[in-house]
Amino acid sequence: MKIAVLVKQVVGSESSLDISPDNKWIDESNATFVMNPPDSYAIEEAMNIKEKIGEGEVVIVSMGADSVQKVIREALSKGADRGIHVQTDGTAFIDPLNTAKNIVSALDGENFDLILSGLQSDDTGMGQTGVLVGELLNMSTATLAIETDIDSEHIRVKRELESGWFQWVRLESPASISIQSGINQPRYPSLKGIMGAKKKEIKVVPLSFHETKQQVEKISIPQKSKETEIINTDIDSSVKRIVEILKSEVKVF
Amino acid sequence: MKSLVIIEHKNGVLHRMSREAISGAQKIGGDITALVIGENAESISSELSNFKIEKTIIVNHELVPYYNVDGYKEIIKQVVNTISPDIIITGHTYQARDFMPRISAALDIPFIPDIVELEDSIYIKQVLNSKLNASISSSSDRVLISFQSASFSEEDVIKGSSSSESFDVDLDSSSIKSKSDDPFQESASEVDLESAELIVSVGRGIEKEENKSIAFELAEVIGAEVSASRPVVDAGWLPSSRQVGSSGSTVSPKLYLSLGVSGAIQHVVGMKGSKNILAINKDSDAPIFEIADYAVVGDLLEIVPKLIATLKDS
Repeated sequence: MKIAVLVKQVVGSESSLDISPDNKWIDESNATFVMNPPDSYAIEEAMNIKEKIGEGEVVIVSMGADSVQKVIREALSKGADRGIHVQTDGTAFIDPLNTAKNIVSALDGENFDLILSGLQSDDTGMGQTGVLVGELLNMSTATLAIETDIDSEHIRVKRELESGWFQWVRLESPASISIQSGINQPRYPSLKGIMGAKKKEIKVVPLSFHETKQQVEKISIPQKSKETEIINTDIDSSVKRIVEILKSEVKVF
Repeated sequence: MKSLVIIEHKNGVLHRMSREAISGAQKIGGDITALVIGENAESISSELSNFKIEKTIIVNHELVPYYNVDGYKEIIKQVVNTISPDIIITGHTYQARDFMPRISAALDIPFIPDIVELEDSIYIKQVLNSKLNASISSSSDRVLISFQSASFSEEDVIKGSSSSESFDVDLDSSSIKSKSDDPFQESASEVDLESAELIVSVGRGIEKEENKSIAFELAEVIGAEVSASRPVVDAGWLPSSRQVGSSGSTVSPKLYLSLGVSGAIQHVVGMKGSKNILAINKDSDAPIFEIADYAVVGDLLEIVPKLIATLKDS
């Protein structure tokens, strides 16, 4: 089975977030970058499926500036077979539809049986690239898979619905599936894996579509919409104040 | 301006976020058409007839009696091509996240998801773990958008009267590539969080499973239900039916009293519509305090037992 995993490099959750002088994004020169955390679950799931079937290939696909090769290498060191880097200069915002079209173009001739992606990215949180690629390639799609049952004969995924509900869905092959975070325990790369990753191929593909239909006009710090009363005192006074709030202000009794 | 609101429903009940989506569409203004798909579409449309919208379109096709991503894509595509809306709106539910990108790719219309605010033709969404807002514009004639939970209030829906009509679609069974089994719950639901007036919610800050007893005790004293954040459910301390957040229930009680909940965005989207939020957390920088009315900085394991004792005495 031939599996592609869509991976993104994002600003880390601990990174400084200084708004850039043009107010359109953050100043990335002060930022630290990591593999988008939800994507590590998709990589692990792809590795598990390949190992269960006993044959196949896991290909890591990432779009962005040259720095994204770092996250591709990280995935290769966990055992993925090769990488495809869809190269941008990293300066302009590229909307999800344009991203998906460029990925589809870079995958020309690959004919993947399965495309896995993380739930969403921690930077722009658009949460759609995997499904867009699936639709553009005329694949079947499913999102928020919390369990997979996939072999060479069939593709079944357990989707997470809302309010504690789940649903099994059977998909025709080929399929593009987004993976819910927490589905598995992503592995750490081994030393041997890290050494081996250096020799694995990363194919670099230039952008072929440039038209972006969404533009970021402005980045801003969210305004607080309500006044917060901060209660930071000794325990007895805190308890006294909470009782007062419950009785007189929220009137729970 | 012509908008199409895609309605979500389950077991004959209109999804709360669909009402919010209508409220958002009314804020945008112009002619609003609602689209209801499936075997319960008739009864849902009668509820929609009380809203100030242009009309409701009903699609009840034997191949799509309930939600199916391929069926929804085909149906919505045909409706959009027929009525030509400028803007296609849904609530940002798990279901919308499943089918909206399919429509986007199939019709080459950009999808701007999880919007918290509108300013003319600018759509504001949270980015970078909700630490910043991005104002996004679209240069397409049409746009697909979804509203984050509680960005608009269902109570603000303007009432009126509207008609409904059925819409014939041309569907072939070969276009339905995925087959869904019936939805199920892992554990029988023991609570109805969505209609609870008072909620005590437990987060990772309770540290140990046995400490959940103080949450239940506090809940009993004030007459509340107990809910949890995802880490607590993932640890197996409470069942998933008690989870609040994007993968759990969305609640809007009179009081949401959180104990050791940090306030990750996935949790906050499920409870930020609460009328009063009282959060207790050791970490004065916890994101939950950003949306709290009352931010109690302190150790819940010390505060809550004393609070229970004081409430019992009085």
